[in-house]
Amino acid sequence: MDLNALGACFATSACVVTQTTSGLIVGMLLFLVAAGVTLIFGVLKVVNFAHGTFYMLGGYVAYTALGVTGSYAVAVLAGALSMAAFGVAFERALISRVYGSNVLMQLLICYAVVLIFDDLVKIIWGPEFHAMGMPPAFQVPPLFIAGGVVPPFYAVLIGIAALIAVILGLGLSMTRLGKTVRAAAINAQMVSALGVNTTLLFTIVFAIGGGLAGLAGALAAPVRSLSPGMGFSVLIESFIVTVIGGMGSIPGALVSALLIGLVRGFGTIGFPQFTDGLIYIVMIAILLLRPQGLFGRRL
Amino acid sequence: MKENRRPAMREAAIAALALIVVLAIPFVHRSPAFEDFVIRLSAMALFATSLNLLVGNTGMVSFGHGLFYGLGAYAFALMMQMTELSLPVAAVLAVLFTAVAALCVGAICVRLSTDYFAFITLAFQMLIYSVIISWQSLTGGDQGLRGGLPRREIFGFELASQLHLYQFCAVVAVIGLLALRHISASPFGQTLRMIRDNDSRTSFLGVVLWRARLWAFTIAGSFAGLGGVLAALFVSGAYPELADWPNSGQAIFAVMLGGINSFLGPLLGAAILLALNDLLARTTEYQGLVLGIVVLIFAVGLRRGVLDFLRRAWPSSLR
Repeated sequence: MDLNALGACFATSACVVTQTTSGLIVGMLLFLVAAGVTLIFGVLKVVNFAHGTFYMLGGYVAYTALGVTGSYAVAVLAGALSMAAFGVAFERALISRVYGSNVLMQLLICYAVVLIFDDLVKIIWGPEFHAMGMPPAFQVPPLFIAGGVVPPFYAVLIGIAALIAVILGLGLSMTRLGKTVRAAAINAQMVSALGVNTTLLFTIVFAIGGGLAGLAGALAAPVRSLSPGMGFSVLIESFIVTVIGGMGSIPGALVSALLIGLVRGFGTIGFPQFTDGLIYIVMIAILLLRPQGLFGRRL
Repeated sequence: MKENRRPAMREAAIAALALIVVLAIPFVHRSPAFEDFVIRLSAMALFATSLNLLVGNTGMVSFGHGLFYGLGAYAFALMMQMTELSLPVAAVLAVLFTAVAALCVGAICVRLSTDYFAFITLAFQMLIYSVIISWQSLTGGDQGLRGGLPRREIFGFELASQLHLYQFCAVVAVIGLLALRHISASPFGQTLRMIRDNDSRTSFLGVVLWRARLWAFTIAGSFAGLGGVLAALFVSGAYPELADWPNSGQAIFAVMLGGINSFLGPLLGAAILLALNDLLARTTEYQGLVLGIVVLIFAVGLRRGVLDFLRRAWPSSLR
């Protein structure tokens, strides 16, 4: 614990800007993953323990796509779209078999998928770490904001994630599909009785969730290295975000993802050994005060 | 509920018989691999069966049960290394310590509904895991507690000897499982099942839900701690992996593979899982891949644990 360093950081604008930026990046990427988790839980009442695998595979697919095409934009699209397709296959082939049955059966299936794909990644891409490297377009001098160093790629990353957050929020509140999704989250049987094809709707939700995780994986690949077990820590954090925000709430996911990101950003200064522990303490504290999460409905 | 009218004497007799068979095996045929397996199984069986007191009996899905397994192991190993206490005293104190920890964690967790309960238990586990990793001066950090446990003999048993450790673990495990069986068949155990099946009705009948759940949580944590003590004896120390998330996942696997509605399900599941892990470790580099496929076959094919499946297929032959 080093509270003096934390105090010194808050005293200089450069340090505040740098840590806030790194916090926002962590937070925005987490939001993309957690939005999928919370959406899938909200509508399907399935806790998708395989969501970290979507994130990991998105990163690896983007890595390969970049190697083949040389275009980062294509790589990101490939990561997102392939994981949307993977989400559909996963939902149809496995999850749809255990709707409404024991929660533990869903957990077991998801965990089996995690184990299988961690090893498949080892077989296909090898067990070693891969560094994707910064796309050429972003290999330019960093921006300086109030003395803090902000690489342009970070700014773009935050921008893209913020844009997705807005699209997701507007899509859910304005479009017909979004309204149906929200209705299904409240009462799927009723929506089905009104003539909506809920089987298709569930699959679409899984595709969106998978696509978002794949997008996050592809966007994160240049700033983090790729490794076979990388999905797990993201999974745990996205669950924490989901739970803090209130399960099923997209605005909750956004707020708590940014909160966790900032706790991480500044926690590394003040509690370098205990940053992870700090996040669990935040979660426990919030659940003690609001058991249903910040934006959750009373269960 | 026919099974619950079985006299306690009969269960004790079955347990004693099982214990005699297990203890007799090394006198007929010595196999270090088998003895190793039984030692590890005894720790894991206590861990998984205690988890099932929460999951199967009470309907409380805990993702953080490994916390108490790890705490038991660390408390016991630290007490053995840092004090002159004899082994049984250290073991009892370690279980008591785990019980107190479970009481404190449970007091916070048990009021939450299912999904949130699962996640907050996981958060507590990850919190303690990060404490273990970062408190290097006490726990040795990610290297684990090294230096081994002092070899103090108890009642003429020398636990450095594999045979004696085997006998000790088998006795502790059978007694522990028998105790858990009695708890689950007791009126308190019936209350827990009632809570699982319909908590609001149970509440109307005058049961204080949080108190019953907290008791269940504390008892389950203590028995997991006992399993952790055996694990610490086996590895002669303690490692952060014992308190890590995948370990809780293994226990949930064991419970699900064996069957949540059968008392011996978790024991069978733990045996299947350990045997599968051993077999895969010897034959393939990609254990996760094969294990995942096997688990998928269980989950999608049987849709319930082995014993639950058998009980449904032949209800008359198995209670």
